[in-house]
Amino acid sequence: MTFFVGFIVLVMVVLLWVVVQYNRLVTLRNQTENGWKQIDVQLKRRHDLIPNLVNTVKGYMEFEQETLEKVIRARNAAVAATGVADAAEKEGALTGALSRLFALAENYPNLKSNENVRQLQEELSSTENKISFARQFYNDIATRFNIAQQVFPGNIIASLFGFQRSELFEVHDAGEREVPDVNLSLKK
Amino acid sequence: MAQLPRNIYEQQSANRRNTILVMALFILFFGFLGFGFDYFILGFWEEYPGGLHGTDFPFATAGALLFGTISAAWSLESGAKTVLSSAGAEPVVPGDPRYQQLSNVVDEMTIASGLPRPQLYIIPDPDPNAFATGKDPQHASVAVTQGLVDKLDRDELQGVIAHEMSHVRNYDIRTMTVVAALIGAVMLLSEYGLRMMRFGGGRKRSSSSRGGGVGSAIFLVVWLVAMLLAPLIARILAMAVSRQREYLADASGAELTRNPGALAAALKKIDDAVDPTRSIKKGTAHLCIADPLGGEANDREGFLADFFATHPPIARRITLLKAMAYQHV
Repeated sequence: MTFFVGFIVLVMVVLLWVVVQYNRLVTLRNQTENGWKQIDVQLKRRHDLIPNLVNTVKGYMEFEQETLEKVIRARNAAVAATGVADAAEKEGALTGALSRLFALAENYPNLKSNENVRQLQEELSSTENKISFARQFYNDIATRFNIAQQVFPGNIIASLFGFQRSELFEVHDAGEREVPDVNLSLKK
Repeated sequence: MAQLPRNIYEQQSANRRNTILVMALFILFFGFLGFGFDYFILGFWEEYPGGLHGTDFPFATAGALLFGTISAAWSLESGAKTVLSSAGAEPVVPGDPRYQQLSNVVDEMTIASGLPRPQLYIIPDPDPNAFATGKDPQHASVAVTQGLVDKLDRDELQGVIAHEMSHVRNYDIRTMTVVAALIGAVMLLSEYGLRMMRFGGGRKRSSSSRGGGVGSAIFLVVWLVAMLLAPLIARILAMAVSRQREYLADASGAELTRNPGALAAALKKIDDAVDPTRSIKKGTAHLCIADPLGGEANDREGFLADFFATHPPIARRITLLKAMAYQHV
């Protein structure tokens, strides 16, 4: 009798443990998916801001038509991108085009003193930051999700219920990984 | 005295425990003050010659316990509101162009931390400082002074906001806000109690009416000292719970921005602005990123300074942050 009761208790404890582990993995999976969606939200925001910015700076930067067109082309390519790898590549190209535009804008004092442009530029650089922070958060939470699936005994539950590891966001474009040129001359 | 920061999960559960501990201590302390009042002034359980006796219900004890419990519950629920309004903080209207950058930085740190977005407040004070308050991350507020917005650049602002978001994430805000609200209550009670005693003591010649001998006299001394020192004890408690958290918030803030150098630069600027932050009252000093007394209070080092400071010396915090950024000091 005591043996039987003990057995029941043991089974209950094991079941409870399985439930807790399973729920933890499901929570982490949802957080990871949500983290991924947050990146998309910020990318969408950037797509919406760019036509605005280009229209505002067009008048001041007549001689930089090519750069402006490049930004618009990169933006349209990014909007049309399909699939994760493709999107990552196109968004990377857009980031490059935008940073060139911002670098050139430094040459136009009128442009920098325009309040509209200043606000738009703040919005865009904030969006750039948000994209990278959303990626950082996604990588952090996906790493936690992956670790939870790999450590013992979580790996038993993970393989039992067919949890898949999440891919981390990586910089694919080799150019982005290069250390940027540092200008050591003093600014002022 | 500086220990290494604990990890944030330990810190979160420690903060939940500490909040309950602080509230329990506070209620007990109130009960103790109330009981002394019953014993010495209302003449609880006292026998007089000729069948007269004092009150047979400990009114003051019961009242103090009730008041203590209500204040403790209240401090948790609306302590944040009190702290914000005592600093004169005003909510930032979304879309206000003056605070566009600040709002953006808060959005960025919200994304980086994965927490709900805190309410953003501005304190109209020219000295740079900032604090976070609230019951939990779902009901959190971050307040920064106008001076902080004016003096810091974008990256430094981000560092400060990340530091405050870490306080939110670690549940530091809960413990600190409850402590702030209870310090206020203790100060009020201590003042009120001492005034009542002058009034009551004169009427009853308190110690002589009590036949009680040495034990009673010792209790009277302890009670009086406790009442007199209550505000000081409460503040030392606040200092002790505050210091260790600053190192951890610096470190986990740097983890959010991945840019410890910017927070170090921000702390340097805050330290260089020697003026005190006048809007922030003494009872809420322990909430701030740097001691609102300003200047010298942030530069003291050594055991005594450690004991009486709400914040670790800024120089040491900057050194630790620079080490994280692999910069030579």
